[in-house]
Amino acid sequence: MSFISYLINGLSLGSVYAIIALGYTMVYGIAKMLNFAHGDVIMIGAYVALLSMTQAGLSPLAAILIAVVVCTALGIVIERIAYKPLRNASSSLAVLITAIGVSYLLQNVALLLFGANAQSFQSVVKWGGLSLAGGSLKISGETVVTIIACIIIMIVLTFFVQKTKPGQAMRAVSEDKGAAQLMGINVNGTIALTFAIGSALAAVAGVLLCSSYPSLTPYTGAMPGIKAFVAAVFGGIGSIQGAFIGGLLLGIIEILGRAYISSQMADALVFAVLIIVLLVKPTGLLGKKIQEKV
Amino acid sequence: MKMLKKTASLMLASALMVSLAACGSDSGSSGSSGSDTFKIGGIGPTTGDNAIYGTAVENGIQLAVDEINADGGINGYQIEYQFEDDQSDSEKSVNAYNTLKDWGMQMLVGTVTSTPCTAVVEETHADNMFQLTPSATAVESIQYDNAFRMCFSDPSQGSASADYIAENGLASKIAVIYNSSDTYSSGIYQTFVTEAQAKGLEIVATEAFTADSKTDFSVQLQKAKDAGADLVFLPIYYQEASLILAQANNMDFAPAWFGCDGMDGLLALEGFDTSLAEGLMFLTPFTADAEDEATQTFVADYKENFGETPNQFAADAYDCLYSIKAAAEQADITPEMSISDISDAMKTAMTEITIDGLTGKQITWGEDGEPSKDPTVVVVEGGKYAVLQAE
Amino acid sequence: MGMLKKMSKNTRSNLITYGIVIAAFLIMQTLITTGSISSLLEGLMVPLCIYVILAVSLNLVVGILGELSLGHAGFMCVGAFTSAFFSKCMRDVITSSLLRFFLALLIGIAVAAVFGLIIGIPVLRLKGDYLAIVTLAFGEIIKNLVNVLFIGRDSNGFHFSTKDVMDLNMEPDGTVLVNGPQGITGTPKDSTFLIGVILILITLFIVTNLINSRDGRAIMAIRDNRIAAESIGINVTKYKLMAFTISAALAGAAGVLYAHNLSTLTATTNNFGYNMSITILVFVVLGGIGNIRGSIIAAVILTLLPELLRGLSDYRMLIYAIVLIIMMLFNWAPKAIEWREKYFSFGKRKKEAVK
Repeated sequence: MSFISYLINGLSLGSVYAIIALGYTMVYGIAKMLNFAHGDVIMIGAYVALLSMTQAGLSPLAAILIAVVVCTALGIVIERIAYKPLRNASSSLAVLITAIGVSYLLQNVALLLFGANAQSFQSVVKWGGLSLAGGSLKISGETVVTIIACIIIMIVLTFFVQKTKPGQAMRAVSEDKGAAQLMGINVNGTIALTFAIGSALAAVAGVLLCSSYPSLTPYTGAMPGIKAFVAAVFGGIGSIQGAFIGGLLLGIIEILGRAYISSQMADALVFAVLIIVLLVKPTGLLGKKIQEKV
Repeated sequence: MKMLKKTASLMLASALMVSLAACGSDSGSSGSSGSDTFKIGGIGPTTGDNAIYGTAVENGIQLAVDEINADGGINGYQIEYQFEDDQSDSEKSVNAYNTLKDWGMQMLVGTVTSTPCTAVVEETHADNMFQLTPSATAVESIQYDNAFRMCFSDPSQGSASADYIAENGLASKIAVIYNSSDTYSSGIYQTFVTEAQAKGLEIVATEAFTADSKTDFSVQLQKAKDAGADLVFLPIYYQEASLILAQANNMDFAPAWFGCDGMDGLLALEGFDTSLAEGLMFLTPFTADAEDEATQTFVADYKENFGETPNQFAADAYDCLYSIKAAAEQADITPEMSISDISDAMKTAMTEITIDGLTGKQITWGEDGEPSKDPTVVVVEGGKYAVLQAE
Repeated sequence: MGMLKKMSKNTRSNLITYGIVIAAFLIMQTLITTGSISSLLEGLMVPLCIYVILAVSLNLVVGILGELSLGHAGFMCVGAFTSAFFSKCMRDVITSSLLRFFLALLIGIAVAAVFGLIIGIPVLRLKGDYLAIVTLAFGEIIKNLVNVLFIGRDSNGFHFSTKDVMDLNMEPDGTVLVNGPQGITGTPKDSTFLIGVILILITLFIVTNLINSRDGRAIMAIRDNRIAAESIGINVTKYKLMAFTISAALAGAAGVLYAHNLSTLTATTNNFGYNMSITILVFVVLGGIGNIRGSIIAAVILTLLPELLRGLSDYRMLIYAIVLIIMMLFNWAPKAIEWREKYFSFGKRKKEAVK
């Protein structure tokens, strides 16, 4: 019985990782950069939603909408100012370091604006959740909503990338920027759009993260950001379905490891599993094998 | 290669600029020595994960300094005060200490967190600078005779908690959830378990979490629940405790909860559902809801100045300043004295004074630097703290 | 001067780097002895040496081998903890601090090198960002394991546990040497500025000699085109491992310096976790990938910057972040480089003069 309840807890943690990983993988897949600031955009989204609810008294849905708008704008601005000038730099590491700079920047701006004190987040999910097996197993409303949100986002994103014009442009840019440009695709616009979508997802992720684990500080996004990054790599970075599966698996492994092996060593265990997976499948669970050109 | 050369030369140029700036700032700060004010420095994390504690201490000291200065200062001398950030990192803490030394600091209030404090105490010991930490709980943090502390040490909190639980028959089966990557939490945990076993308490589950995974506590709670614990001991800070209480509520787990001084601040947490904390007991020297006049005034002033309810860190820091004032008056020190002379005079004076502070009445210090004060056990009732028993 | 001209360009460039380090040491040492320097800067000397060594050693992996490592702090952690453990055990046995430090240094380097080798074998089979994430994972595992390590010593010898101090089951006379998350306290303060500078010079000597050797050229050939390098018979695995292990060993040396500069040693995200690994990477990238001298300068600037910004109090880290972003854009953006070439020709002229 406790095994099933651990599994459910793992699912609940994993669903949060998965929704963050979706944003990570989206940006990586198209722009080919590890956006280390993604976790901090999540934190900003959560603060915006919280303030819209507590200070402006808006409904949860309106608060999420505002958070999405603010984060989308933020994502576009960050991309334009900090990442775009380095797109053609001689090393791809340059933009990685700038992303770290942006991450520090967002954390410290939040520290000055919102203070160091933790704030208790109000859940946007008002539903109590499911109760199974005579009340001994409970699945919280947040978990159900997060998983459903994940699945919807995954389906919409897959459809968007596969079937729509801008989506095709994204795939083209991801394959070969130069060739895409020659085909008349607006590369800058497409990458900006990717960041806009990624940041909008970050806002949703932030709200759902803080609904499940209602404590918000300027550093809330950092650790889930790293974990979600691991989840994205685990599933095969760049793959939308991979991020979903990677997130869920990571959550389940973390919880089961803590339950059955050692609560102090759960982090080491998660990373060890990641290493083993990558050694067996070097591009993650669902990652595409890259052909090397000579 | 061309670009690299260029980068290098540019970096060199900027290095020169930076070092020039360094020289500039040095000469600016070392100019004002031998003045007629006491220079008191503070160190703690005001950025990074632990910023909340450092900020509280910074503000608590500021409040006390302003009051003392308005009242005519120490021995007729005004206090100058500067606080430096250490991000709760030993190396940066030593940097902060050196910065304050350059500024002309004569006494140190800090550092806020334990591990950096243990690193800094080596430095203050070498310089023989008087040090009073508001909140570093590790035993080694004040291992030299020039260092004192305002808060309880880890061992004293751990054993006091176990004693209280045993004497009042609060529980037969105890679970502990602690932060294994935190010095404060694991320090209390160790002495708690040792003392609890000595008192014949049964500990049925000890579960840890780490700084890298402190959002989900379902496993720890499930294990405590499965082990049939009727009391869960939480030697942790209130942010994690707020999550633990919420998650326990979700899984219909309702044992008695017992915490330490890190729990203070829980009810002031913005947006926290206080009904979750109903019945929570914890050992603390300070609660912002206390009825006495000193606390009421302090809380009101703090709110007015900084817009928040003060926690025990702020109260400890505030008490630190008044303890320094009392000891300085006892020793009759003046700012003209050398740092080492001040330290020697303060060392003796600290063991002679008795303070009525926010965090305890009739506080005295031993030569080992440990305060002797009575912890109070408070319980959350109807969304407010109520004093259960002064031990 | 005639001799200088005869030397190859590389040797001359290396001599300049040594010269800068030695000159900086002499200047700072004079300032310290005459007491005309702030305590802050004096206290920063050993940390600066530590970060310079870390930056140079990581540059060997990132710049010369061409692989992104995000776990460099893990090797530093290994070096720091093994050496601090040794020094703490031997504090009363070996009284000469120089000898004790030297032995601790050898142990720290050796253990870090062994870790580099063990981790390098699986890691170096991967490529690109996947390699980066696996090094990050190893770094985090090392940090996590150090945090659950408890070692005590009593009359019966050493006791180990991964749970807590009580689990050590020691006699009452036992002392706890490594106390899990509370780490090691009471390490002797044996690191000095002179030792730090000597270690920098040794690091530079090893790295620059490697780069200019036959082995170094093989490593760079792998970086530039692995398949081509393989096809001309270069043993890719051997050379990759060589660079990775040397880099780990040097990071271990930096860890030894770190451990013996502070009396407390704990493994947190900020000093031995991914945050530190990223900080070191920032030095390398900002200073120019593959540019050893650039790494040194970037490490010095970025370590000094937050300390010198202390006057800004609450805005300190904010300004630091902004300066970092601007410096990155200025150094790396193709447009900024173009602009610099147009208006600042001194760099070009200097280069021609060198020819």
